Amino acid sequence: MSTELRYVYAVCRPFDAPLQAELVGVEGRPPRLLRHEDLTAVVGAVPEADFAEGPLRAHLEDLDWLTATARAHERVVAALTTVTSPLPLRLATVFRDDSGVRSMMQEEQGRFRWALGRLAGRVEWGVKVYADGAPEPRPETRLSGPGAGTGSGRAYLQSRRARRDAQDGARQRAEAFAERLHGDLARHAAAARVHPPQNPALSRVPGVNILNSAYLVDRSASEDFVERVDRTKDEEPGMRVELTGPWAGYSFTMPSDEGPAGQEEAGR
Amino acid sequence: MTTAGRLPDAYRGGDGGANLADILERVLDKGIVIAGDIRINLLDIELLTIKLRLVVASVDKAKEMGIDWWEDDPALSSGARRKELARENAELRERIQALEETQEPLKESGGAPS
Repeated sequence: MSTELRYVYAVCRPFDAPLQAELVGVEGRPPRLLRHEDLTAVVGAVPEADFAEGPLRAHLEDLDWLTATARAHERVVAALTTVTSPLPLRLATVFRDDSGVRSMMQEEQGRFRWALGRLAGRVEWGVKVYADGAPEPRPETRLSGPGAGTGSGRAYLQSRRARRDAQDGARQRAEAFAERLHGDLARHAAAARVHPPQNPALSRVPGVNILNSAYLVDRSASEDFVERVDRTKDEEPGMRVELTGPWAGYSFTMPSDEGPAGQEEAGR
Repeated sequence: MTTAGRLPDAYRGGDGGANLADILERVLDKGIVIAGDIRINLLDIELLTIKLRLVVASVDKAKEMGIDWWEDDPALSSGARRKELARENAELRERIQALEETQEPLKESGGAPS
């Protein structure tokens, strides 16, 4: 009687390096390798009591469970990234048993080969640009001057408009800066994607997230890429550039023709 | 740990250091979608509810961490709103009483307000 299911983290080309002995994934279980022809799936056993459809659905709405599972998923994928260029699967891709995983690999081998070919020897870098709020407009000295009493309503509106214009200006400058930066980085990447800005309530990062993008970069070019991002960090006042990575190529697992053309895929 | 190739790793201080939003964005929204034996389609409505809940839940989390600036903002906090309402109620009662006092002479003279 089987009470365990198979959780699949990623699919890779076969690799020689051993996984860290102490590496644990979802539910604290160590991942293992499941070979099918020239592909390797990285799988872990998970209890059916938690990963059958009903319980899984309920768990996904539990933030603590979701956080722990997401971190475990990423922990395994990140460990794989140190030894190969894995193709990460979406969270909670679960099969009944090993033979279910194998028949999936047989069925999906075309897509896997295509994506693994694209990711080979590359990593993903994340770049976010934040605008730290508009600069405060200069104090309205006229407000306290002569005639301020009768004109205070108008002066108030004027100062409000000035503030709004300053904010619009700051926003425009931030967007222009982000566009320039993205264009420059995309030219030095094998591929680029622009993601929706992150919700500050979730990321708890101050400032307005203007740009949230991902770049697929050759490992050998990564050092230069990181330096390139670093150089822009003090370029524009009031703007923060944040770099994350190296990630597995999460953002580059699908053919690029799904998104708006031009923006999505950078030149070679 | 040695990495394959010359890979700068200064930006990942172990997975505890990574921003949860960055991780969730990738594992929930990116990564290749394969139909498993257990059919949960994260692309469908579930993901939306998860996302909505995440935003709400993160408010509770932030509160645990002592970030509670909205507590005093009536638009965001029911506690602050209750306080605000209580104050408004007291103020309104006073004003009604004051109005009633000025109305007394009218009532006595029999002039019903239309």
